[in-house]
Amino acid sequence: MLLLALDTATPAVTVALHDGSRVLAESRQVDARRHGELLLPAVDAVLAQAGRKLDAVSDIVVGVGPGPYTGLRVGLVTAATFGSVLGVPVHGLCSLDGIAHASGLEEPFVVATDARRKEVYWARYDNARTRVTEPAVDRPADIADQMAGVPAVGAGALLYDEVFTGVRREGPEHQSAGALASLAAEMLAAGEEFLPDRPLYLRRPDAQVPANYKVVTPK
Amino acid sequence: MADEPLVLGIETSCDETGVGIVRGHTLLADAVASSVDEHARFGGVVPEVASRAHLEAMVPTIQRALKDAGVAASDLDGIAVTAGPGLAGALLVGVSAAKAYAYALGKPLYGVNHLASHICVDQLEHGALPEPTMALLVSGGHSSLLLAPDITSDVRPLGSTIDDAAGEAFDKIARVLHLGFPGGPVIDRYAREGDPDAIRFPRGLTGPRDPVYDFSFSGLKTAVARWIEAKRAAGEDVPVADVSASFQEAVVDVLTRKAVRACKDHGVDHLMIGGGVAANSRLRALAQHRCEAAGITLRVPRPKLCTDNGAMVAALGAEMVARNRPSSDWGLSADSSLPVTETHVPGEGHHGHGHDHVHELSSQNLYP
Ligand SMILES: [Zn+2]
Repeated sequence: MLLLALDTATPAVTVALHDGSRVLAESRQVDARRHGELLLPAVDAVLAQAGRKLDAVSDIVVGVGPGPYTGLRVGLVTAATFGSVLGVPVHGLCSLDGIAHASGLEEPFVVATDARRKEVYWARYDNARTRVTEPAVDRPADIADQMAGVPAVGAGALLYDEVFTGVRREGPEHQSAGALASLAAEMLAAGEEFLPDRPLYLRRPDAQVPANYKVVTPK
Repeated sequence: MADEPLVLGIETSCDETGVGIVRGHTLLADAVASSVDEHARFGGVVPEVASRAHLEAMVPTIQRALKDAGVAASDLDGIAVTAGPGLAGALLVGVSAAKAYAYALGKPLYGVNHLASHICVDQLEHGALPEPTMALLVSGGHSSLLLAPDITSDVRPLGSTIDDAAGEAFDKIARVLHLGFPGGPVIDRYAREGDPDAIRFPRGLTGPRDPVYDFSFSGLKTAVARWIEAKRAAGEDVPVADVSASFQEAVVDVLTRKAVRACKDHGVDHLMIGGGVAANSRLRALAQHRCEAAGITLRVPRPKLCTDNGAMVAALGAEMVARNRPSSDWGLSADSSLPVTETHVPGEGHHGHGHDHVHELSSQNLYP
């Protein structure tokens, strides 16, 4: 088994290679504006570091969000394209699950990431391995009552620590493809089901035509 | 010819997910998935709707193109993709897919310019482009006059619209006339029943001191809208056919006049017209008439090659391969405002080294 995991649902562009028992190589770069540029070179670097070739990969694992759409799609289309060329399965995982897994927490907690527009993506967990709610997107103030004092990890919790008062500052802030790959390896070993490799947008598209749509004429 | 480059091209700059495959100047496949129906109720292209549709359509459209062309992915000589200009989020889906595809196959990647691709597509219809080529590109996103001495490396903007694109004007007038979106085809249809001289609408930027090759359609749009509103205010019926014909005449009159003028001024004896508006029947007819009168050969690809498609990207990619232009590297980014003078986006460290760099990286991942 050789898992290639990638996730672009958070400001992190992260790639990892996992052989079923351990992470062979991992890359994490935090740059919310350059997912498109950074992802492929990171894949190349991770493969080179592990001394493996892409055609040895047996499974692709991809974080399906929720996350800001533009960056999220970079990872999803890359995973789908790899899967199609290599003829290997593409397993989707909720990106929040990777962050939860990385936390290692054994008690109930919350993962929250930055959804921009003054909102967070979040979900509740019983422990690092077990999510108990569907991922949601909300304004922090609207969920403040439920979040007070609950242990929380992720950039969304750090950003709105007046709401996520139980935030663990030492906990994972962004996604790590290594954690995502480890979770996937456990799930594959246990024969558990994955999500389809389709984005969790959680919001309808802004149905507005920009005033100067499609203006791509040269300067 | 089997030794001509076999290239797959990906286009996602707007609302069409296009994947084309060409061998040199020969079109092998032109698969397109369009999200235009999803945009119709908004009266224009909604970027987020387009980007979501690109993600859904990307892999299936690549597979369909390969099947249509009857070629194996492993036989491709390169992967080309629109790097810009266009909608940022939409471009990013295509660029990311192209990079993953090229990397997994161990093939060189060519990030190319959308506008140069619109010109180069004519090679699939009429053979090698003369050098230089004069090009008039007209669509919902562009209205440009371009002089291309070498489509792979030297494209010079002579003029462009200073406000709306020609196709945008069609969309807006169609909206005022309640004819739906997109406006081009429906106005063309009504105009055939109307009198182009019924109403004398203004010809933008045609005064003696106006820029010779630039266009403006905003004043025309306002004049047409005012004329329609005045009719409605007076309780009269709006003569849709005559308005369509007269508006369309004003647009194509200026486009063809300026294009022919550019050919004469630069001593170029042929003109290519591309972009979605090139499908307009009156534009084709008037351009043909005026080119003949001026001794200019007109080249217009079939309508399906004029609108955004992957074949045009593949055509330019094939020319890049044929002329040994440097390939792009894995850090290639989508550039929503890529200038037309940047015909392609070579990777860093490529100066004079051909595409050794990419081959070196890719060969480690050669997939049978
Ligand atoms: Zn176009």
